[in-house]
Amino acid sequence: MASVTMTVNGKTVTATIDPRTLLSSFLREHLRLTGTHVGCDTSQCGACVVHVDGRAIKSCTALAVSLDGAHVTTIEGLASDGHLHPMQEAFREHHGLQCGFCTPGMIMSAVDIVNRKGAMLDEHTIREELEGNICRCTGYHNIVKAVAAGAQAMAATKVAAE
Amino acid sequence: MSDTLRHVSRALPHDSARKHVAGTAAYVDDLPEPHGTLHLAIGLSPAARGRLIDLGIDAVRAAPGVVAVLTADDIPGRNDIAPSLNDEPLLATDRVLYFGQPIFLVVATTRDAARLAARLARPVVEKETPSVTIEDALARGETVLPDYAFGRGNVAPALADAPLRAQGQFRIGGQEHFYLEGQVALAIPGEDGEMLVHSSTQHPTEVQHVVARILGVPQALVTCETRRMGGAFGGKESQATQWAALAALAAHATRRACKLRLDRDDDMQITGKRHDMRADWDIGFDSDGLIHAIDLQLNARCGCSADLSQGVVDRAMFHADNAYFLPVVDIRSKRLKTDSVSNTAFRGFGGPQGMLAMERMIDAVAWSLGKDPLDVRKANLYRPGHDETPYGMRVTDADTIHAIIATLEETAHYRERRAEIAAFNAQSPVLKKGLALTPVKFGISFTLKALNQAGALVNVYADGSVRLNHGGTEMGQGLYQKIAQLVADEFGIGIERVRITATTTAKVPNTSPTAASAGTDLNGMAAIVACREIKARLAAYAATLWECDADDIVFAEDALSAGNRRMSFKDAAASAIRERISLSSTGFYATPDLTWERDKGRGRPFYYFAYGAACSEVIVDMLTGENRVTRVDILHDVGRSLNPAIDMGQIEGGFVQGMGWLTTEELVYDSDGRLRTHAPSTYKIPVASDVPEHFQVMLHPGANREATVHRSKAVGEPPLMLAISVFAALCDALHSLAPGKLVPLDAPATPEAILRAARQIAPGDLF
Ligand code: FES
Ligand code: FES
Repeated sequence: MASVTMTVNGKTVTATIDPRTLLSSFLREHLRLTGTHVGCDTSQCGACVVHVDGRAIKSCTALAVSLDGAHVTTIEGLASDGHLHPMQEAFREHHGLQCGFCTPGMIMSAVDIVNRKGAMLDEHTIREELEGNICRCTGYHNIVKAVAAGAQAMAATKVAAE
Repeated sequence: MSDTLRHVSRALPHDSARKHVAGTAAYVDDLPEPHGTLHLAIGLSPAARGRLIDLGIDAVRAAPGVVAVLTADDIPGRNDIAPSLNDEPLLATDRVLYFGQPIFLVVATTRDAARLAARLARPVVEKETPSVTIEDALARGETVLPDYAFGRGNVAPALADAPLRAQGQFRIGGQEHFYLEGQVALAIPGEDGEMLVHSSTQHPTEVQHVVARILGVPQALVTCETRRMGGAFGGKESQATQWAALAALAAHATRRACKLRLDRDDDMQITGKRHDMRADWDIGFDSDGLIHAIDLQLNARCGCSADLSQGVVDRAMFHADNAYFLPVVDIRSKRLKTDSVSNTAFRGFGGPQGMLAMERMIDAVAWSLGKDPLDVRKANLYRPGHDETPYGMRVTDADTIHAIIATLEETAHYRERRAEIAAFNAQSPVLKKGLALTPVKFGISFTLKALNQAGALVNVYADGSVRLNHGGTEMGQGLYQKIAQLVADEFGIGIERVRITATTTAKVPNTSPTAASAGTDLNGMAAIVACREIKARLAAYAATLWECDADDIVFAEDALSAGNRRMSFKDAAASAIRERISLSSTGFYATPDLTWERDKGRGRPFYYFAYGAACSEVIVDMLTGENRVTRVDILHDVGRSLNPAIDMGQIEGGFVQGMGWLTTEELVYDSDGRLRTHAPSTYKIPVASDVPEHFQVMLHPGANREATVHRSKAVGEPPLMLAISVFAALCDALHSLAPGKLVPLDAPATPEAILRAARQIAPGDLF
């Protein structure tokens, strides 16, 4: 067993875990943050994407113990005081989901794209950047629309906050 | 009673949209586990065919964390999970039927412990050479079901007399569902042998029945509950049952809650796929491109058991005409047994395979005549006087598909682009463009008549809130949302008063699977029937109170009213309950007018047809086979849409899934019968960048002519077949290499397959 401490959605958590515990299992089973989904188990579908120290990673292929001291944000940590994050709102508004299983990972990836590339995303960029996230339901059309709209909404709220 | 529509036909978001984006919508694996929940892993057969001599599980039993290891001998009831015939065991007994077949079950304290333990087994199988391919099965002559055929007229002379003739063999690949949420079930034992199973299934009733059968208890002791699935696409119609039954078996044996979530690679290996088929075709036609006669044999690879193959292969036959009149026709089928996991339902349920075979024949006719394939398509469409299908059902609304094609041809600028592409191809030796516009006509109803029924239970409470239960399951298709919209408008109340609840066999029994695109048609009607029963009681009550006619009571704007009398829905509910009036009702619906007689091969298997057409353009690098879909225009018929946002989503998603099936998704089995493409790393599922930026979907205006819910049409499956336009466009690009030749391209059109076809059709020209 190994001890690990990290900040998850703003809260510090410490746990003693099997060193083989994946970050996805740690979040889902130890912290009961089940919004992070496991779709493929092998780093291919993107359903399990979370942010670690501000960067998107696939939590199904990261060992929790290797992230000692890290800041982790999951889909549950994106909304603040009951208000959806602009990207979450955009996915809801633009019907960027059907079964919803890919949605948390899509949204976490989308926020990461905006963080890296800015809010003015053309469709081509969005499509290329989403290659690590599989959606089997929507055909991506509304997801791409949602990401573009969410990116602009993120920029707008940032301006409003400044 | 009249009602106004506040919700129906509006593009409202999916009922769980907010929860999905917040990460709070619970799937089975997210449910809080009861204290002491145990976890399961499956021991897999190391061979596809042979005698199972020994399970070799001593080391498994001794492994850390293992609570029990269960085998077929531990099944208290009948070891049988088959949906129709008794031909598929829960756990293997004396013989193994496919590579990876479950042969034992490990129950352990954690999922990892269970999986690690399962790996320690050393099963011994006396191996036999498996039938892997269609040809293997044909050579052995093994089938899972008898051959079946229907048709019209005498085909051999009609073919012989036809002015022109073409023949060929066409392979159509299978498809992995890759529902994003893998197979999962949680079983919780109760008192007196009761069992509650949370299952990610399209068919809770079948899970209930099979669990009862496996445990040897009455069905009344078993409850199956399904709130939502993370995708299903047919893969959880009959094949969610096994995992639920295994969880229940373990829960029964240990008296503790037990959960089984398949590892994705296992899921891909050991759950059935879309049936791959080989179409042997022979077509007679004339110089105008009119079809005279068709002889078609569909050889379907069904896998080790019948599962749903009867319906699937029948549906392939029903759709082998697509939208075309075939004067003389013989459609035959073989349901071949291979030593592989049983192939199963997949969106379209065989229809896509039959339709694709037909479109291949149309292309062949066009190529041999030097005609534009669209002209051959249009010439052969069902039309007045030429409107009877090969199974004797009349197509009375073929004008819909004529209108759809005519409109799309215009709006997609088909003719102009045809000319531009010809000019482009003439000056471009390596990059070739292709274009195709193909129709879809898809029959709606289960072809097994008994399945065309549905039930609902609606409760109105004293505060005017409504609880809605029906037999349909939610897999992302928006069924719950659509039915909630229907119910809200029936009562004339805001949708926020309608509580959507998980589907459970305890509330609505004896249901059909949510499949055949019929979820809304059936369950929506049943829910409306239940609402109308309650409304009738409320109206009768209000009519006595107001001394008016019950027919004059209007349900709208959260109230009942008649003339200037008005009472809020909430008050009406509360006072009706005080007057001892029941505000709970079941509703039941059975599709009318179905007359299909399978033994005669004639009748009306479908209540109606859904139509659509797609125009796709591609560009292909003939030196590598690499290609892109560059533009897609779709016009699709959903009748009067109950929710345009949801319907558009179904069309977009269905199209892309169909495109994957026909282009990049390739299942590769080795000679041992082992699936080698068992993860998305080797099995290529479309991603966002594979879908063209120009992807335009329009809904064809017009109501369903049959009396469906608000004259809507089913939308789940038909759009998948719009993607046949992509395959046809790829063939069109290849055809430009050698006009007049039959393009030897099988499905899926992977770059490798395209390259092979290019080399075959134009040897030496490019290479
Ligand atoms: S579960 Fe992590 S990428 Fe699929
Ligand atoms: S919405 Fe189902 S996988 Fe994306």
